[in-house]
Amino acid sequence: MLRVIGQVLFLLLIAAGIWWLLNNLQNNLQAIGLRIGFSFLKNTAGFPISEGIPYNPTDVNGYAFWVGIVNTLRVAVIGIVLATALGTVVGVARLSSNWLVKKLAGIYVEIVRNIPLLVQLFFWYFAVMVTALPMVGNAIRLPGPTYLSRRGVYLPWATPTDSFRTWMFYVLGGLVLAIIVYVLRRVQLKRAERPGFPIVWAVIALVLAGAGGWFLTSGSPLALSVPVLQKFNFVGGLWLSTSFTALVMGLSVYTGAFIAEIVRAGILAVSKGQTEAARAVGLKRVQVLRLVILPQALRVIIPPLASQYLNLTKNSSLAILIGYYDLMNVGTTIFNQTGRAVEMILLIMASYLTMSLLTSLLMNYYNRRMKLVER
Amino acid sequence: MNDRQQERHAPEEQLPPPTERIPVLRWLRQNLFSSWLNAILTVIAAAVIAAVALGLLRWALGARWAVIPANLKLLLVGTYPLQYIWRVWVAVYIITFLVGLSSGSHGGLMRRISVTMALVSVVFAILPFPWATRAWLGGIALSEVVGFGLGYLGRGNRWYKRAEIGLWILSFPIILVFLNGVGGFLPVVAGRTTWGFMLNLIGAAVGIALSFPIGVLLALGRRSKLPVIRWVCTAYIELIRGVPLISLLFMASIMLQLLLPATVRPDLVIRAMMTITAFTAAYMAENVRGGLQAIPRGQYEAAYAVGLNGTLTTMLIILPQALRLVIPAIVGQFIALFMDTTLFGFIAILELLNITRSIMGNLEWRGTIFELYVFIGVVFWVVCYSMSYISRRIEKTVGVGER
Repeated sequence: MLRVIGQVLFLLLIAAGIWWLLNNLQNNLQAIGLRIGFSFLKNTAGFPISEGIPYNPTDVNGYAFWVGIVNTLRVAVIGIVLATALGTVVGVARLSSNWLVKKLAGIYVEIVRNIPLLVQLFFWYFAVMVTALPMVGNAIRLPGPTYLSRRGVYLPWATPTDSFRTWMFYVLGGLVLAIIVYVLRRVQLKRAERPGFPIVWAVIALVLAGAGGWFLTSGSPLALSVPVLQKFNFVGGLWLSTSFTALVMGLSVYTGAFIAEIVRAGILAVSKGQTEAARAVGLKRVQVLRLVILPQALRVIIPPLASQYLNLTKNSSLAILIGYYDLMNVGTTIFNQTGRAVEMILLIMASYLTMSLLTSLLMNYYNRRMKLVER
Repeated sequence: MNDRQQERHAPEEQLPPPTERIPVLRWLRQNLFSSWLNAILTVIAAAVIAAVALGLLRWALGARWAVIPANLKLLLVGTYPLQYIWRVWVAVYIITFLVGLSSGSHGGLMRRISVTMALVSVVFAILPFPWATRAWLGGIALSEVVGFGLGYLGRGNRWYKRAEIGLWILSFPIILVFLNGVGGFLPVVAGRTTWGFMLNLIGAAVGIALSFPIGVLLALGRRSKLPVIRWVCTAYIELIRGVPLISLLFMASIMLQLLLPATVRPDLVIRAMMTITAFTAAYMAENVRGGLQAIPRGQYEAAYAVGLNGTLTTMLIILPQALRLVIPAIVGQFIALFMDTTLFGFIAILELLNITRSIMGNLEWRGTIFELYVFIGVVFWVVCYSMSYISRRIEKTVGVGER
């Protein structure tokens, strides 16, 4: 009985607090003559966004915000791929039997983890990209050809040609085929009670279909576009802006250090006896790795890895401080233009919360599946 | 496990394991050139280290380091009025005195920390600073020695122990009031003062002191048997953890004034500290919850069996064990909080990172961007690395993972 009363009181207290805040909000908004509403999203944005999916200052605020969301996802996906690659290499290097390699990896991790991310981002952006790199006229040429300059990075890039649509049909067909192969192989493995990775077969099917389509389509579906220096700037190829490059570099170098520690812990979590026992029952080296070590290490690695991916996505909001138009930056710009504080904060937070919730749902699903495998 | 227990019971009977002497050549062969692949890796790693080290050295020799001493005061304490600067030093002395006090009575790790601090201050005092600064620096070592003496005399005394803990807790508000000033007694430092690196330190200290208890309460709330409390705590934790800190700071800077009555307008710095506390508390709660989950049911049952009630069980049996388990995670969170104070710049607070912009804007110091960022990086690195080093030592002394 006392417990019920206590909880009711607690709830009332919280409700009263929220009511008080909302009441203040209403009074304050009335004082400046604003009313909460999202119709401003249909007004013309009127500010430029220099990169991302096609966008015009004449587009509406709502679409501008969407451009910001896509830009956030773009940084997050590329950052996650690079950070994972870097983290895996460094994590394995930290366990190397080579003393020098081990120390080098250790120094990297200890330096990067103990310096604030924002300091690192500022370093990449203000010091490296904007100050140290040459002007566009004497851009540094890397093989590819890739050009580095204060304007950003220019990469060679494949652009679709007229026959691209025809080829896409083959690719789509290949995707369907891959799913069928995946399901069939999985059922087959399950019946035979054998472990394995059916995804490998699916990928092979997809690649075969794509390659076959490439030869069957008349004319190459993709053409290589190479950046060429014109009078003032490069033309062609893919342009990565200064702030985008700095953001991706900073985020992947920073998160890579954390991922390295996760990978290292995951590998250490599989005891040596497992390897020895697997070898003793006659598995080959590759099989030991594929069937014994990886499944166990991944179970330890993946949950913290997912939270690192989420951290990287949330940290990408620092983009606003180096001028990249992610959702935080576009959101605050819309706020500056319209004065809609409450609505924009709600939208920004809802966007990040959606990403977090989706990730944690996926993680819960993964953990449940992993639990079933447990002895 | 057995060995370790034996070691505890009879440390003097155990000799350290014999150290094998390995000739240099054999060590090189085993660790660097054991196979072809390893040899190639060694060469590549050596080349990378050499290139980076050479590049750094060449740059460091040509860099304009003058920018750091010339702006040192601005970087460390911002525009804190020069005539009141003694208050900053006294605040430092209060802390170093307490460190000395604890090192005198505890020894071990505490003693090592205080010796390091004293040595560093003496080394700095030898550097060519103005004489006044040198004298102030020397005061650090002096205050520590005084504290050490008092602590050494008082060690073992029950009342002394309580006084020491009380002093540590009291020092916190005293320092804050002292730095900021009180009406009538100490002149209040103007509200528009920028604090520089001092703000990062104070922000982190306030954040740590407040977010820890709130985090523990949230963690207990999330594991509560009362559904309403559990839901509220879970919702709070997940909401905060789902959004970036910068969006919360944005909210604190523009929306908080809409949520509060027109008469209440907290200072921007206070708002920033509230935000970082609320943010870190959610993460802290998850760390503590991890520790709570690791405590076996038997501990609860045994506590109830000897007649402790729920509150006492939590306070005396469960929390101490749970917190000990998660010391590394909690210290990691403190380090993250300290590093997060650099985000205060986003809402136009002039902390260490943001204050460099005004230096770069100064024509005299144009192009010293690398020097400044390297300096900031080193400052943060030293503080964060020391914190994680100390946490590792504490872990060893309290024996995490040894039972």
